Amino acid sequence: MAELLQFTFSGLTVGAIYALVALGFTLIYNASDVANFAQGEFVMLGGMVTVFAMAAGLPIGFAALVAIVFVALVGLLLHRLAIEPARGASSVTLIIITIGASIFLRGMTAILLDKNFHNLPPFFGSEPFVIGGATLLPQSLVVLVGVALVLLAVWLFMSRTLLGKSLLATAANRTAAQLTGINTSAVIGMAFVISAMIGAVGGILVTPITLTYYDAGTMLALKGFAGAVLGGMGNPIGAVVGGLVLGLLEQFSAGYLSSQYKDAVAFIVILLVLFTMPQGLFGAKTVERV
Amino acid sequence: MLAIDNLASRYGRIEVLHGISLNVRKGEIVTLVGSNGAGKSTLLRAISGVQPVASGTMRLEDKLIDRWRPHHRVAKGIAQVPEGRQVFAPLSVDENLRLGGIVRRDGNIGADLDEIYTMFPALAERRRNAAGTLSGGQQQMLAIGRALMARPKLLLLDEPSMGLAPVLVEQIFATIEMLKTRGLTVLLVEQNANVALAIADRGYVIETGRIVMTGTGKELLNNERVRSAYLGM
Repeated sequence: MAELLQFTFSGLTVGAIYALVALGFTLIYNASDVANFAQGEFVMLGGMVTVFAMAAGLPIGFAALVAIVFVALVGLLLHRLAIEPARGASSVTLIIITIGASIFLRGMTAILLDKNFHNLPPFFGSEPFVIGGATLLPQSLVVLVGVALVLLAVWLFMSRTLLGKSLLATAANRTAAQLTGINTSAVIGMAFVISAMIGAVGGILVTPITLTYYDAGTMLALKGFAGAVLGGMGNPIGAVVGGLVLGLLEQFSAGYLSSQYKDAVAFIVILLVLFTMPQGLFGAKTVERV
Repeated sequence: MLAIDNLASRYGRIEVLHGISLNVRKGEIVTLVGSNGAGKSTLLRAISGVQPVASGTMRLEDKLIDRWRPHHRVAKGIAQVPEGRQVFAPLSVDENLRLGGIVRRDGNIGADLDEIYTMFPALAERRRNAAGTLSGGQQQMLAIGRALMARPKLLLLDEPSMGLAPVLVEQIFATIEMLKTRGLTVLLVEQNANVALAIADRGYVIETGRIVMTGTGKELLNNERVRSAYLGM
């Protein structure tokens, strides 16, 4: 029982980060039909930039802020320099562009920063809580609460502001959005910025637990993509649930089977979902009336 | 108001508009009649800037608009009610209308919202409902309301009667005539040529991407060729 609880804690913690990556995927995908495989690099950069900003002498809060702003800028540049000029290209072309951007960001990080593993200090100490025989790190709580706050912020932005609505409108019907006077190119740019910030926050929250290095984004992008597919590509709630479920599956299989197969779980999930229910867990609910 | 000169447009390599020229004067209702695939919707999409133009010019009040991006054209006074309504299905009626006013800089959205709800009481009852759950007629009213929220000078209407019951068609056309009395200029595309020409000051007939005939609404209604080809008489 304690074992199950332990796997659940760690599963939810990594799952929460996958959920953020999956949500970032979904926001960009909905607004622009681009599957952004550089999403993992946003997470990696969030952690790496914070580490190096702290090494330069900034306090952690300020360093995190610098990292979020920097990654937001990277997201904006990715849209302006790589996606926007290829407007109207096929989705395969756009995917290749984002993979190229991801390799570029990884390479620049390795050259400009370094190739070592880095850690951040836990925000509130490292004395674990013991619950029902299982241990829970304070930083895991920080991750869960932090992710919940990010989700709340995204939800408030989408449901309470006209800017958020213009993003939903662009996702629902891009031509109609243009005809309504929405600057869809700016809206898609905004989706990239928001996704980048979401990724950066995830990276900052999780680095004290998982460490980070220049190549950490690759796996995260694939896991986040698996989460988004599992939840039903294009459904933000599905993306979050899909990410969490994937994290749990991964930790259960690592705990009960073998930790060597942990990374295989995400890909097995992608294959199973595509073979048996291509709409994912929540995709079937999307209603479209013409 | 709107002057189009020698406009050509293509999908890939296939040219669908071959040198279209037409004028819409301030305060007029101008109807564009033509069969399926004649290029009516393509022309409206080109005027709104969502369809690329190969050659020719478009002017709004003597200003060249060819290079303006779609949202800028809306801000400068060209609003379109697209074919098939195209409301934002997951968003509420109220949100659809507020987005229609997104280009406005005056911030006086509330008064216009009330006006739209007075014009279409059926929308007021359902202001919190998702637009996708409305009936076809209500969606058409919403699409018109959304376009009006931008306070356009020129309203482009693409097949507003499509798929609607006769009583609703009558209501939509009555609304268009009412908008004209308020000083709005209208370019109307219709397959329902009979009604559309009846309310028009002038009309154009478009066939396979070319304007083949023009005249007052009455002239076209009485024209033999128009009667047999588009009015089924």
